[in-house]
Amino acid sequence: MIQYGNLERVLSDGKFAVTAEVGPPKGCDISKFKSKADLLKGYATAFNVTDNQTAVVRLSSLAGSVFLLNMGLEPILQLTCRDRNRIALQSDILGASALGIRNVLCLTGDHQSFGNHPQSMGVYDIDSIQLIKILKDMRDEGVFQNKEEIPHGKPQLFIGAAAHPFSDPLECRVDRLEKKIDAGVDFIQTQSVFNIERFQEWMDEVRSRQIDKKVHILAGITPLKSVKMTERMQFHIPGVDMPNDIADRIKKAEDPEKEGFNISLELIEKIKAISGIHGIHITALFWEQVIPSIVKEAGLYR
Amino acid sequence: MIISAQKQLEEILRLINNDPVFLIGCSECATMCKTGGEEEILIMKKILEQKEITVTGYVILDPACNLQKSKIQFKNVKENLNKAKKLVVFSCGNGVQTVSEIFENLEVISGTNTLFLGEIKHANEFEKNCIMCGECIQEIFNGFCPVSRCPKHMLNGPCGGSRDGKCEVSSNLDCIWNTIYLSYKKKGQLNKFKQILAPKDWSKSLEFKRVI
Ligand code: SF4
Ligand code: SF4
Repeated sequence: MIQYGNLERVLSDGKFAVTAEVGPPKGCDISKFKSKADLLKGYATAFNVTDNQTAVVRLSSLAGSVFLLNMGLEPILQLTCRDRNRIALQSDILGASALGIRNVLCLTGDHQSFGNHPQSMGVYDIDSIQLIKILKDMRDEGVFQNKEEIPHGKPQLFIGAAAHPFSDPLECRVDRLEKKIDAGVDFIQTQSVFNIERFQEWMDEVRSRQIDKKVHILAGITPLKSVKMTERMQFHIPGVDMPNDIADRIKKAEDPEKEGFNISLELIEKIKAISGIHGIHITALFWEQVIPSIVKEAGLYR
Repeated sequence: MIISAQKQLEEILRLINNDPVFLIGCSECATMCKTGGEEEILIMKKILEQKEITVTGYVILDPACNLQKSKIQFKNVKENLNKAKKLVVFSCGNGVQTVSEIFENLEVISGTNTLFLGEIKHANEFEKNCIMCGECIQEIFNGFCPVSRCPKHMLNGPCGGSRDGKCEVSSNLDCIWNTIYLSYKKKGQLNKFKQILAPKDWSKSLEFKRVI
């Protein structure tokens, strides 16, 4: 029997799950991180701890996850292939599992040229799909990537990955999701959804292939805080499809934060109605304080 | 072909540091990509002389990466060579080392940066197409190599950053996975996209010598 955490239980029970992202600090002072965690406790089943997101050096996702764990929050350890080869990734997974971390999100990672050390060498020894397969084999077969048996205890993991319904080439996106499932993924968190029609179309294809029966899909929600942030999401973040009417609402709003909050609630309502969706994943970049009220207003607070 | 580019003139001047130099070019790749052919060497000679640097002579090796041939060619320019204190080589990184191997007592300067193994797309445009991984798996991708042409070496399809056929890393770079996917589609081979490729065996890239 694999020992999973609450996230697996909630999803297996068919309940609508909420996950949320908390970014670790850019330094060793974790007081802010802890107060964010305090604020969010109870408002999501599990919390993604980002792994040097956008290739900017921050406190490690492993350390951040342990801090959450000690505070009684369930972490989802994000793990990218950008900075570590298969040896380091497997080693970190053994450590994470031994420390009691039960959820992991496998990512290829943002390219180092976007971050604060663009001169660094990227690793990319393996890609996210290969990472999923390696972790699944470690958990289910008790073997390392080289097929050697893990002699002293295999990891206990609920394996997650990202999906990009709006990235090019669009036609391959469901195929790529299917590959992640074939590799052994248990849950999926999607890129932030703004264009609900296109998301529905993607889900139609997902359902027609019965993919929603094989994996738990959590739709990405990002509350828009300002005009600047909206424009950034609209023009500069690959894989984000922001319809003009949503961007216009933020631009015309007297109180963009309030409007962003309302848009998030409307999107959640529509997402809840899509068959095959098992939850939402909230990424509130530098605006984590808004998460509790979104969860409450959306009727998802338990 | 090995694609190189000349270093910035200031950098070359800094390395020369006013010492008398002998210039070395290469007849093959460095000529094709206009970093170390006879034409470029003569231009460089002129520029250096204008800066009052003594250029004792020059030779275009045929090619610079061939040790035995280079040794013979150097014999013919021995006199001018001996007047120089530094050798400035305008070839790929390999050629620079061939020269270093021959002249133990002279200082060898690389006048170029070696960029990649690539294709001559047009006379003035070159593109990286191979990182010499030691185990060629191009057939899987219909001849479009993501090992070398995807900045993340993705073997199982495009990352989330692919946009309008371009790579997230640079709008000058085609997303090679977009190209591969279109090729699969055109050839009715979309099933090829569905197979999961295992991690690459990078031990194959560890060959340091080949003897026949
Ligand atoms: S698969 Fe390896 S050897 Fe073949 S083209 Fe790509 S990098 Fe070069
Ligand atoms: S956009 Fe395409 S080429 Fe660029 S890193 Fe992603 S998959 Fe590779």
